[in-house]
Amino acid sequence: MLEAFPIQPLIGGILIGISAALLLAFNGRIAGISGILYNLLFNPLSSSESGWRIAFLLGLLGGGYLMLPAAFELRNGYSPILLVVSGLAVGIGTRIGNGCTSGHGVCGIGSMAGRSIAATVTFVATGIITVTVLRSFMA
Amino acid sequence: MQRLIIALISGLIFGAGLVISEMVNPVKVQNFLDPFGNWDASLAFVMGGAVAVTLFTTHFIMKRKTPLFSDRFYMAVKTSIDRRLILGASLFGIGWGLSGYCPGPGIINAMINPSEAMIFLPALIIGGWIGQRYSA
Repeated sequence: MLEAFPIQPLIGGILIGISAALLLAFNGRIAGISGILYNLLFNPLSSSESGWRIAFLLGLLGGGYLMLPAAFELRNGYSPILLVVSGLAVGIGTRIGNGCTSGHGVCGIGSMAGRSIAATVTFVATGIITVTVLRSFMA
Repeated sequence: MQRLIIALISGLIFGAGLVISEMVNPVKVQNFLDPFGNWDASLAFVMGGAVAVTLFTTHFIMKRKTPLFSDRFYMAVKTSIDRRLILGASLFGIGWGLSGYCPGPGIINAMINPSEAMIFLPALIIGGWIGQRYSA
C-alpha cells in the first residue's frame, strides 16, 4: 500500500490553480476550457472576445507541448465507437451544464459556488458509475 | 494586448499542468474513476492542488472591485442548482468515464495520441453544438 507520494499530480494541480488565478486576477475571466472552446466556436462576438480565447487555447497546446514527451504508454486500439459517444456526451453535457472539470471543478469550487460543487460531485459520481460498468463488461 | 499575453501565459501554465499531472493520460483518469476496481487515487491531488490555490487566491482577488487589466469580473450569474445543470454534469461524467478524456486533455491529446483525438475532438465539438442548440 505504501506508494510514492504523487508529487507530479500535486505540482500539476498547483500549476492549474495558478493559471486560473492569473486569468481571473488580470482579465477577470474563468479558466473553463469547455466554455472558452464553445464561445470561440459558436458565439463569435467581437474580435477582442475571440482573441483572448484563441491565445489561451494556443497557450494550452504550447504548454502541453513543452512538457512532452508524455511519460506514459499510449493507449492503442480503443473502441472508436466509445470515443465518439464519449465526445458527444462530454460536448452536450458540458454545454448544457455550463462547464467541465476546469470551470466547475477548479474555478467554481475555488469561488465556493454551490452550482459548481453540485456539478463536480455529479460528474465524478457518473464517471465512477460509467467506468465501473464499462470495466465489468470489458473484463 | 496585455490581456492576450495574460491569456497566453495562463494557457501555457494550464497545459503544462495537465501534462505534468498526467491528467492527459486517459487510462490513468479511468483508473481514478475506478475506486471499486483498479483504483489510482493520485489524480485526486490534481484537483486538490488546483482547488487549494483557487480557494486561497479567489478570496483575495474578489476583494478588488475590478481585475487588473479588465473592467469587470465575468463570473457565472446563475446560482440555482437546476435540472439542466445536473443533467449536463451527469452526461459529462458518463462521457468522461467512457474515454477518460475531458475537454482540456482531449485538446492536448491532438499532440499525444492523435489517432484518438481525431475521433474524440470532432465528436466533442458536434456535442457542444447540439448542446448549444438545446440551450437556445
